[in-house]
Amino acid sequence: MRRWTQPTPGGPGREVLQESPAHQPEHTAAGEPDPGGSRNAGTGATTRRQFLGYAIAAPFLVVAADAVGSGSAVAGSSQALEAAVALPAPAGFPSLPQPADILDLGDLLILAGLPTANLLYLQVASDGTVNFVLPRAENGQGLVTAMAMVIADEMEVALSDVVVTLAPAEPKLLFNQLTGSSNSVRSLWDPVRTAAAAARGRLLSAAADLLDEPIGSLTVLDGVVSAPSGKSITYGQLTSMAAVSQSIAVQATPKDPSQYRIIGTPQPQLANLDIVTGRQRYAMDIDVPGALPAMVRRAPTIKGTLVSFDNPDAVRAMPGIVDVAVFAFGVAVVGKTFGQVIDAIDMVEATWAPGPVAGENDGTVRAQLVAAPTVPFLVPPLLGTAVQATFDWAPVNHAPMETNVAVADVRTDRATVWAPLQTPIAALQAIAGALGMSEDRVTVNVLRGGGSFGRTLFFDAALESAMISKAVGRPVKLMWHRTNDMRHGRGHPQAHHRLQAVHLAGEVLSFEHRVTSVITNVSAGLGEALTAEADKLPPGKLTFGQTLFETTITCPYNFGVVSQLLTEVPLAFNTDSWRSVFSYNTRGAEEIFIDKVAASMGRDPVEFRLAHLSDDRQRAVLEKVADVGNWGRVMPAGTAQGVGFHQEFRSYTACLVEMDVTARAEPRVTKAVVAIDVGLPINPSSLEGQMLGGLTDAISLVLTMGNHIEEGLPIESGWAHFRYARQGDTPPEVTVIVMPPVGDRPGGAGELGVPAAVGAIGNAYARATGSIPTSFPISFTIDWTPPPPGPVPKSPLQPLPALGELYNY
Amino acid sequence: MPTYRFTLNGSPVTIDSPSDLRVLWVLRDLLGVNGPKYGCGLDECRACTCHVDGRAFATCSTPVSEIDGHDITTIEGLAATVPGAGPGTLHPVQQAWLEHDVPQCGFCQPGQIMMTAALLAQVPEPTDDQIDQIRNVCRCGTYFRIREAIKRAAELMARDRSDG
Repeated sequence: MRRWTQPTPGGPGREVLQESPAHQPEHTAAGEPDPGGSRNAGTGATTRRQFLGYAIAAPFLVVAADAVGSGSAVAGSSQALEAAVALPAPAGFPSLPQPADILDLGDLLILAGLPTANLLYLQVASDGTVNFVLPRAENGQGLVTAMAMVIADEMEVALSDVVVTLAPAEPKLLFNQLTGSSNSVRSLWDPVRTAAAAARGRLLSAAADLLDEPIGSLTVLDGVVSAPSGKSITYGQLTSMAAVSQSIAVQATPKDPSQYRIIGTPQPQLANLDIVTGRQRYAMDIDVPGALPAMVRRAPTIKGTLVSFDNPDAVRAMPGIVDVAVFAFGVAVVGKTFGQVIDAIDMVEATWAPGPVAGENDGTVRAQLVAAPTVPFLVPPLLGTAVQATFDWAPVNHAPMETNVAVADVRTDRATVWAPLQTPIAALQAIAGALGMSEDRVTVNVLRGGGSFGRTLFFDAALESAMISKAVGRPVKLMWHRTNDMRHGRGHPQAHHRLQAVHLAGEVLSFEHRVTSVITNVSAGLGEALTAEADKLPPGKLTFGQTLFETTITCPYNFGVVSQLLTEVPLAFNTDSWRSVFSYNTRGAEEIFIDKVAASMGRDPVEFRLAHLSDDRQRAVLEKVADVGNWGRVMPAGTAQGVGFHQEFRSYTACLVEMDVTARAEPRVTKAVVAIDVGLPINPSSLEGQMLGGLTDAISLVLTMGNHIEEGLPIESGWAHFRYARQGDTPPEVTVIVMPPVGDRPGGAGELGVPAAVGAIGNAYARATGSIPTSFPISFTIDWTPPPPGPVPKSPLQPLPALGELYNY
Repeated sequence: MPTYRFTLNGSPVTIDSPSDLRVLWVLRDLLGVNGPKYGCGLDECRACTCHVDGRAFATCSTPVSEIDGHDITTIEGLAATVPGAGPGTLHPVQQAWLEHDVPQCGFCQPGQIMMTAALLAQVPEPTDDQIDQIRNVCRCGTYFRIREAIKRAAELMARDRSDG
């Protein structure tokens, strides 16, 4: 095992565990190292691919590449198809390939982008800085850093010389600006390294001319091109010479993976210094002249609508209040400070029409989920020993730390909006429509978000902010109050799961799963992209949600007849994809159920999984956590281990946890070991972070976090009742192992960690208590008084903390 | 409207404000100090944590009248509290956060860092149980790295004390 140490001088030996490769990467070049990357593909390294980039007419070098990496993306998909079909015959009864095995969601999005492919750009400035405008969102998932690493590695510049900024909405990109489905690194991998390699090629060519040296003799280090003669020149000096007056196509030869020096090394997030010093700017921190705080008084039920605003004069007369405006979604109040605006929205007296789910509560929703017609299980239980289980999941708000926010400056002839957005093009189009402006009059700027987890696939705040700014005739900073964010914001819908497995004579004959869920709204950006490709899948025409389910959910085990089907009940809650969408509940439930099946067959959970997984990469991550986590060790009563496995986005993960149900009032995960195989890892530190986040999400989802619905509204109003894990709920011992590189392209990782950890935690709880949990979160009693719907609650004004007070300030 | 005077990150501030306006909004909306973050306004998530006379406090729930005459430090001013600080100096807690690549979205981290700095000022070597009592929410779930970074910051501060 190789241990990478953070490249921080004087660091504490903080380690990211990374397995050393079991064998050399398959693309190791046979010849000399190729630091300049100038070798022609025809000269020996036959495995290296040629890509086409473009040099764009500009005073400095500007290169571009197809934003979807068309050729290789298609090739990647067809390779994946071959791989899926060519799997060796495994033990047990093989299951037929499922749609997600053949073509997963990420592939679908890449293909959807193809017909409308546009260019992404990379520019070399005269000071040697490489500027890249990223057509994606950054909400802490580490994408900006990962892309900077790829560019720095391909161009042979220092990581600190790459500046990545977030692109504003660019309608020409169509589907290529969608951030979601753990797809960004996968979809940008080819285009970004193509652009970087094209730039390096142009710069080296210019250097060869200028230095009068053969291009093959040149080397590059940190943006300085050197010749054997000792002559050298910098990229910054070369950029004008490498520039073109007419755009041309240029050949790009990305580096051989064996030559990577930054890709695969743990790098801290580039924004860290700004974050820890408070300089990082989020939407509510930007300086838009004249922009005033705005907040909305919302209906007492989800999607309830305003009928009348009964005391506008009184609200306007409140201290600090500047203006009010009415909309179907509520009463917007604009003032000098958010404190005064919060006071004012609570003074609003209004009449509301009930929303479409006004009469619903947890019980009525569950009854509809249970009653919804589903396809019967295909294999009758009498064929052998049947194992059955049902599971229920509460609805869950996304609850990013930053609530729904946006800044808008709408004038008579133009509009500008700033917000964290995963679908900025859809946002721009909706805003233009609402304002009655043509799209070319609207600018939508994408800002770093304070978390998202799927929330900003929708652009509710951006749209509202534009409408409010237009109505009050001034720029506004719209922020949703936490209580409204939790009650009227989007989330994962409530779901009911039925599972049945049949086994006979030591073999699993069938594994079937029926999911009934409140419909998940995936229409923002994602829906349009999916319909373009959905018909090509084996099952034929499906709804958006079912297409998403079929392209993301797969059973990785050979369990004979496998069927996993989703039925959606069209209740109009505010829903949206939530980190891993259907996977944490569906695959999480399956991982818990698999332990029950194993127990019914007298098998060990790890051994049983290993025997039914189909390939080495699947088994390797599970074997790794079992080994590192010392699976099967003798543990005291009330404590236990649990494991889970998951694969998605062309990546694999396994999780082992230990749980203690004795030490505290509530169970605690005391230790976790996670292994992750993403194919080619770009940033192991970021991968470790994503798996850590997935683990904490899973702890929360299984044990404590969810929303109760009463009279058509979640009753949780903040973090006290919506119990996302805090420090004391999380394990003091965590090990994340990044598996050695496999192949030459990265899989997805942002959502990967949640489902396996859900399974591991559920299984550890079952083994520690002797009782399989069936309703999540497990601890979900209401021992508090919900604040009434409508107004937002306010904490009492507090004195300064007492001397010596540490925690209860 | 009453006038309040306090020290903000080492500089005197005089501000006209309603007496019940919460400190978070005085800092953000009146003074343009945006490091402290709004995460709930309900004294539940602690993203707004700053220091009053070196102690952590929830700016979202403390009225400006309470801080009159006191010494307020936000994340922007934390590094300058280090003895002998110059341009580019970081507080050991900030340094530890960088070493452990703690932030993901980063939104809660000013509050986490201010809480940790206040904790370490009173408890130089916190145990795991003491770290467990920190209530700041990190919705990206970086708690394990926060825990490691707290321990690292404690080491750095112990080293500084022995050097000093």
